[in-house]
Amino acid sequence: MSSTSVSMTVNGKSVTKEVPARTLLVSFLRDHLGLTGTHVGCDTSQCGACNVHIDGKCVKSCTVLAAQADGASVTTIEGLAKGDQLHPMQAAFKEHHALQCGFCTPGMIMTGVALANEKSNPSETEIREYLEGNFCRCTGYHNIVKAIETGAKAMRR
Amino acid sequence: MREFSYHRPKSVADAAKAFSSKSEARYLAGGHSLLPAMKQRLNAPSDLIDLSAIKDLKGIKIAGGEVVIGAGTTHAEVAHSTEIKKAIPALCVLAEGIGDPQVRNRGTIGGSLANNDPASDYPAAVLGLGATVVTNKREIAADSFFKGLFETALEDGEIITAVRFPIPEKAGYAKFAQPASRFCIVGVMAAKTKSGVRVAVTGAGPGVFRATDIEKALASSFSAGASLPAVKASGLSSDIHAGAEYRAHLVGVMAKRAVAAAG
Ligand SMILES: Cc1cc2nc3c(=O)[nH]c(=O)nc-3n(C[C@H](O)[C@H](O)[C@H](O)COP(=O)(O)OP(=O)(O)OC[C@H]3O[C@@H](n4cnc5c(N)ncnc54)[C@H](O)[C@@H]3O)c2cc1C
Ligand code: FES
Ligand code: FES
Repeated sequence: MSSTSVSMTVNGKSVTKEVPARTLLVSFLRDHLGLTGTHVGCDTSQCGACNVHIDGKCVKSCTVLAAQADGASVTTIEGLAKGDQLHPMQAAFKEHHALQCGFCTPGMIMTGVALANEKSNPSETEIREYLEGNFCRCTGYHNIVKAIETGAKAMRR
Repeated sequence: MREFSYHRPKSVADAAKAFSSKSEARYLAGGHSLLPAMKQRLNAPSDLIDLSAIKDLKGIKIAGGEVVIGAGTTHAEVAHSTEIKKAIPALCVLAEGIGDPQVRNRGTIGGSLANNDPASDYPAAVLGLGATVVTNKREIAADSFFKGLFETALEDGEIITAVRFPIPEKAGYAKFAQPASRFCIVGVMAAKTKSGVRVAVTGAGPGVFRATDIEKALASSFSAGASLPAVKASGLSSDIHAGAEYRAHLVGVMAKRAVAAAG
């Protein structure tokens, strides 16, 4: 088996593992590090359930090799809250009831945070456009859009 | 995905050397075409040679009336470049319309061109603006780079290092996107350049092409009001998203929108 050594910072902690070269970042996070908050919805780069940040940029971790993230800093949904205190974007999702089954939620929140970092005051249209790569099969999106608007506002403070 | 060995060279020369020493090597850029294809086992390279650590493939420069974009530059970097926005705003519009934010954060111009998906956006920019594809071996003019369905003039192991876009007098891009994937059902780049009007069409056929009849019509008046000749459906693609007749019609509509966008 062709294995490769991968070192990266995940949610502030450095990790090094020897993994098969074909290990996807999402399975590195879930299966090797036990960080199961990052979900696999489609495994075909469409749905955004697997979204994480690599060096601050939102990406689909089902379409990145763990090896490609070698040397990078990765943030997952588990890295947002400070102890018991939810991240403002998480709190906004709770406040607006922006989820039903919750499967898409980690990816939605990672996308919301990325948008707020790019644009501190996104309009509803900008939010909807930015959600192009995130699918939710439950909510109908309205409350997700409201939550991201509120979350972005709270992040400005 | 089948097993492979992974390499991350730091220079173009090392990447080319690694490629030639392996039996079934493949370059990896953003991985947003190659990895999905490997998951479906449409591709099963023995070795992946990741180009992302090569500094020479990165960056955007404006010099001598040209915009020069390194092959490893992501779609998001092009979309957000203030320099490109001033020189060739249509390129930013095109890059901003590719896929979704996550795809744009990973996918690169070099990967997109080497892949030459018939429904991809960048081929329309390269052909429509009369760009030059620079490789580790030579320079290839847009008119001889694209060879049809997923085929290019690139030789085995040849690496795209940059793309040079001459700055046009004006240019506009318009696309009718497939609503789920955002790939082009039809995309048109229309440009008024120093060497004349160029109109390149992607998505409509098995590969990007120039709409020469429309170019002729726009040569006398590069305006959205110009009357454009009808496009023939023969040779265009038909699939579950759009028939050839519909695509032919869309070419005219998108060409007008592209000219209008050029201002
Ligand atoms: C959900 C989704 C939606 C998308 N929507 C669109 C869209 O709307 N429009 C669009 O145009 N594209 C779209 N794409 C494709 C996307 O733009 C890809 O990123 C792009 O086509 C390939 O670029 P890459 O850097 O990811 O290349 P990779 O996938 O890494 O490589 C692609 C091919 O190019 C070769 N290669 C890469 N770099 C070089 C180089 N420098 N020299 C020589 N060969 C090289 C590789 O060996 C491989 O064969 C979409 C992709 C996804 C997953
Ligand atoms: S699991 Fe990665 S995009 Fe759906
Ligand atoms: S809440 Fe169920 S998929 Fe979004």
